[in-house]
Amino acid sequence: MFDIQTQLFEGVDVRFGPIDHDKDAEIESKWTHDSDFMRMMETSPARPMSAAMVKKQYEKLEKDMDENKNQYYFAIRAKEDDHLIGKAVVQWIEWANGNGFLRLGIGSAEDRCRGYGTQALRMLLRFAFAELNLFRVSAIVPEYNEGAIALLKKFGFAQEVCRRQSLERDGRRWDIYVFGLLKDEWQNNPDGHPRQAQA
Amino acid sequence: MKDLFRGELVRLTSEAPETYAKSEVRWQRDSEFVRLANSSPAGLSSEKSIKEWVEKQSEKGPQPERYPFSVRTLAEDKLIGFFGLYVDLIHSEAWVGIGIGERDFWSKGYGTDMMKICLRYAFLELGVERVSLGVFEYNPRALRSYEKAGFRLEGRTRKDTLRDGTRYDSWWMGILREEWLRQNGENQ
Repeated sequence: MFDIQTQLFEGVDVRFGPIDHDKDAEIESKWTHDSDFMRMMETSPARPMSAAMVKKQYEKLEKDMDENKNQYYFAIRAKEDDHLIGKAVVQWIEWANGNGFLRLGIGSAEDRCRGYGTQALRMLLRFAFAELNLFRVSAIVPEYNEGAIALLKKFGFAQEVCRRQSLERDGRRWDIYVFGLLKDEWQNNPDGHPRQAQA
Repeated sequence: MKDLFRGELVRLTSEAPETYAKSEVRWQRDSEFVRLANSSPAGLSSEKSIKEWVEKQSEKGPQPERYPFSVRTLAEDKLIGFFGLYVDLIHSEAWVGIGIGERDFWSKGYGTDMMKICLRYAFLELGVERVSLGVFEYNPRALRSYEKAGFRLEGRTRKDTLRDGTRYDSWWMGILREEWLRQNGENQ
């Protein structure tokens, strides 16, 4: 269904690119000032970060990728004007077991609900299964992140674990779900069609 | 008050780096033990490198999110294993890693005693809201022991561990503070 001429890093409206240390830091700094976004992306406490702090993080990230060889990070950009849309990551890769964890985020509100997340996840899954040749991927999602859960289900992810009351936010405790997708499951539905359309 | 560091069969200690390294270097040679305890590939470290690693840890001083313990038997005063609690301070959750390196002490209630002390420490001293752990499906002995300690199975990540050409699930378990208190309220 894919061949080697199909570009890994080019989608319909979005592309994957490397970090642009100067330009991206400014934009990502703005995203960190949106606490809703940060609470969807991270379990660590949301905090605004200056562009200088984000830049430091990029440096740390690239050093870590280089030293540990268990993480791939992509900036998601709009093909139209190349502006930064979000990030797509495969991390905590265990090469001996062939598994890894996915992270995906669309940073600004204007870029959401436009199908960019679906396109980026489609590309990220192909990268994980057909370039890294992983056997399975996982995603960790708090129960309140309904957008992420719907997106993962579209691609056939199964909810495998419910870690009860693992997260404390807004004065109450929330469950954390672990979703998993195996390579053969992905091969049946690499485009992320809704379940009904498959039958 | 209860002695937090003492159970019915074992007590918790902090070992000198060279004492710990001497045991650990032997335990690592038991690949069955290593594979029951850890998902990363089994390997062998020198006594020197283990000792230096332990020294480095103790140089850092006590860290608020890490609670490693060595375990000795009460009867023989023999170092048989370890456990560690790694705490997410923000979300009040602790993860447990536990192992008995000395095979002669498997299946004799030592693990159960260790886990009892571990949970008591997590809930009564650290005061966390929940304790979590993962176990391989090819380790049913551990699984039964965790169930006995009050952990509930919360799900399985399918086929995430490849060993000897076969794929196995990991099982994930958790126990909440209120569950532990209900089970252990009067007789901790």
